[in-house]
Amino acid sequence: MNVTSRRYANAVVVHAAGRLDQDTCEAFRGDLLKHVDEAAHNGGAIVLDLSALEYVSSAGLRCFMLASRQAKAQHGRIFVAALQPMVSEIFQISHFNLVFQVFPTVREAVDAVSPEASTAFEKA
Amino acid sequence: MRVRFWGTRGSIPVALTTADVRDKLAQALFQASGRTFKNYEEAHAFASSELDFSLTHTFGGHTPCVELEYPGDDYYVCDMGSGARPFGVHVLAKQARRPATINIFMSHVHWDHIMGFPFLGPAYVPGTTIRIHGCHDVIEHAFRLQQSPPCFPVTFEQLGAKIEFVRLEPDKPYAINGITVTPHLQLHGGDSYGYRFEHEGKAVVYTTDSEHKLENRTEAEAFANFFRNADVVIFDAMYALAEAISVKADWGHSSNIVGVELCQMARAKHLVLFHHEPANNDATLEGLLKEARRFEELTRGDHALKVSAAYDGMEIDL
Repeated sequence: MNVTSRRYANAVVVHAAGRLDQDTCEAFRGDLLKHVDEAAHNGGAIVLDLSALEYVSSAGLRCFMLASRQAKAQHGRIFVAALQPMVSEIFQISHFNLVFQVFPTVREAVDAVSPEASTAFEKA
Repeated sequence: MRVRFWGTRGSIPVALTTADVRDKLAQALFQASGRTFKNYEEAHAFASSELDFSLTHTFGGHTPCVELEYPGDDYYVCDMGSGARPFGVHVLAKQARRPATINIFMSHVHWDHIMGFPFLGPAYVPGTTIRIHGCHDVIEHAFRLQQSPPCFPVTFEQLGAKIEFVRLEPDKPYAINGITVTPHLQLHGGDSYGYRFEHEGKAVVYTTDSEHKLENRTEAEAFANFFRNADVVIFDAMYALAEAISVKADWGHSSNIVGVELCQMARAKHLVLFHHEPANNDATLEGLLKEARRFEELTRGDHALKVSAAYDGMEIDL
């Protein structure tokens, strides 16, 4: 599991690659919650770029839920983007598509954060 | 052996309403539009083969009561939810006036798991022996309390059966008439216990009212070991995963998805979704079943897991 991040104005795009399951979720959760905390303090939002996420288990989905809860408590926002077909289906099966706003592409998710983030993403 | 489901709903009994029946009927008629049936048998065949389960059946409304039928005269049953009433009718009919011996295994004493006992017919028949097994120290108190005035007109002392309470210890196997029964502690308000029943190479796990947070591998593996290679796992799948770990986190219940994952880890053969949410109608429950089956397909390794949803009256032969 590999996690990288990049900031576009007030949007932080967190790119998660690999398999998010019981063995990898603890480290991922720590990383993600740190990003959520920072983004909330800066009045921004997290965009979870899951284009390279191959698989997510219930333990991994729980990380997303904890991040969502923390973001709500801190008046922050989390968007999910670019799901691979299998992960997209798991989101639907587990009803996570009802909890998260899911965008087809990272670009569209960043656009939803703010015009500034959209411009910064365009220039990058 | 046979597993027979007398009650499969969680929390509180539910019944189909007139609106539910009318809706099922209207949908069935709509799907049959343009067809003609020469007789009842043709119409029945159409309903059985072409309509969804949720249109032609109902998952039922009694709270938990699951019978494990083994060779011999004794009865074995998990929990005394409202399904205990039809279970009792079945026992009386089968016994034909002969006194019965009933072994009950209690997951816990929340109301939905004990409410059927005052309506268990054999409890009123002198000569009947009822042994109530469980790990909690409050089981006898709870059974007596619900039959105390002003809640019920017949007190526990007035019951005709000989009733014994048998205290079990978690993770200790007990041999009961050749059946090995092992209780296991579960996460639920006031604790609950699952039971693994083993007999002649067949294993059935009854695991309801159990929340699985799956925060670490150790926790998951402990349950996978309890379910290991089971032929049937009767699993608390009250909610969809998102619901179970968000608004209903810490409510002491689990989801269809976690049921699939744990059974896959355990290499169990058949997962039975159980303890259905009373707010869910038949179509929603069928949807949760289809989602669990699809999840199993998506995540299947070298071991296929059969997935079913329990309904009142369902029987599984092993």
